[in-house]
Amino acid sequence: MGVISNGTTLLDAGALDSGIATGAMTLLSTLTASSSANLTFASGISSTYKEYIFKFIDIHPATDNVGFTANFRDGSSAYDATKTTTHFYAYHSEGDDTPAFGYRTDQDLAQATGTLNLGIPVGADADQCITGTLHLFEPSSTTFVKHFLANVSMSGSANDVHNSYASGYCNVTAAIDGVQFAMTSGNIDAGTIKMYGIK
Amino acid sequence: MAIISNAVTMADAGAFSVSLGAMTLIKTITLSSAAGNVSFVHGSSSVVLDDTYPIYKFVYLNLHPSANQFAQFNMSTDTGSNYNVSKTTTNFNSSQGEGAEYPAVGYQAGNDLANDTAYQVLSFQPYTGNDSSISGELTLFNPSSTTFVKHFMAKSHSMHANAFAIQTYVAGYCNTTSAVDAVNFQFSSGNIDSGTIKLYGIKDS
Repeated sequence: MGVISNGTTLLDAGALDSGIATGAMTLLSTLTASSSANLTFASGISSTYKEYIFKFIDIHPATDNVGFTANFRDGSSAYDATKTTTHFYAYHSEGDDTPAFGYRTDQDLAQATGTLNLGIPVGADADQCITGTLHLFEPSSTTFVKHFLANVSMSGSANDVHNSYASGYCNVTAAIDGVQFAMTSGNIDAGTIKMYGIK
Repeated sequence: MAIISNAVTMADAGAFSVSLGAMTLIKTITLSSAAGNVSFVHGSSSVVLDDTYPIYKFVYLNLHPSANQFAQFNMSTDTGSNYNVSKTTTNFNSSQGEGAEYPAVGYQAGNDLANDTAYQVLSFQPYTGNDSSISGELTLFNPSSTTFVKHFMAKSHSMHANAFAIQTYVAGYCNTTSAVDAVNFQFSSGNIDSGTIKLYGIKDS
């Protein structure tokens, strides 16, 4: 039975009518850390959506002076897709020491399978954390490399702010079907990561 | 007829009263064959680009060029008859090669515009190799305003012809108080061999 209001079909055949505009950004999964070694999205990444957005909110490390990282799974069980990346940042301290802007050669990757550093060094004071967004474009493509763009803001271990931009591509034509987040050392004490699909 | 559940009006007067999300997919264009450019024109082919939404977002997915050329875009104030809006823009990028060569971040003076009607570069030349492409997003703020200039911001990632990873950030404004009602994407020469571009509207209420 259809549901019609003011001459407009709203519901029919068990679904919203195709003429009804619905949201294009769908929350697929939420992971919350509790002294977790990693937060892993092992399912839910497929050809259903052409863009996936991960939002990390108040990620707090157990260990001071560590990096917050991501890596990608490309068909095996390991999160080790080959990547070439770039990384630059802007920096300013609470003490108004010399601010900085520049490229970080110690944080990029050149055809490497290691983790993608999203921001470093995150502080572990009770109020310190890292927050940001990672876009992953068309991970199910078996034709093209997989582009990603990330931006974070974090409170650093030296009581400073880092606004970091990491980006690159997984240099594989296999589909990316999983994403894992972790610190470079120690656990993720607390924090939430949400994965959205963009239709 | 209103639909009321648990004393909450779910729908009335031919529309849902409850939120169905603030980001609406308006149009998807997927190239089934090579094309010189892709246009989104208000009022054409179900495209909405007016005061219906205060913010519009274009997402381009794996645009693959037929030649090693710049990905670029322009806008129109006459529903696509001319793509030549005057723009002032900034452009900076960060790059690194697969062999760890040329890691750098910097301003790209050759890819900005100063009150210029030319197409704005979104990214250096993506490679024509079969697995190379450019992906990213362009956000356009309040294009229907007839009071203010029209701001836009774009972030893109591409594989350069020399096997570099390049992220590019572009921002600027259309220096016009006419409404912007069409957007055109292309490479600086040659075709877009394949790819998808999506247009979304972001609600403010």
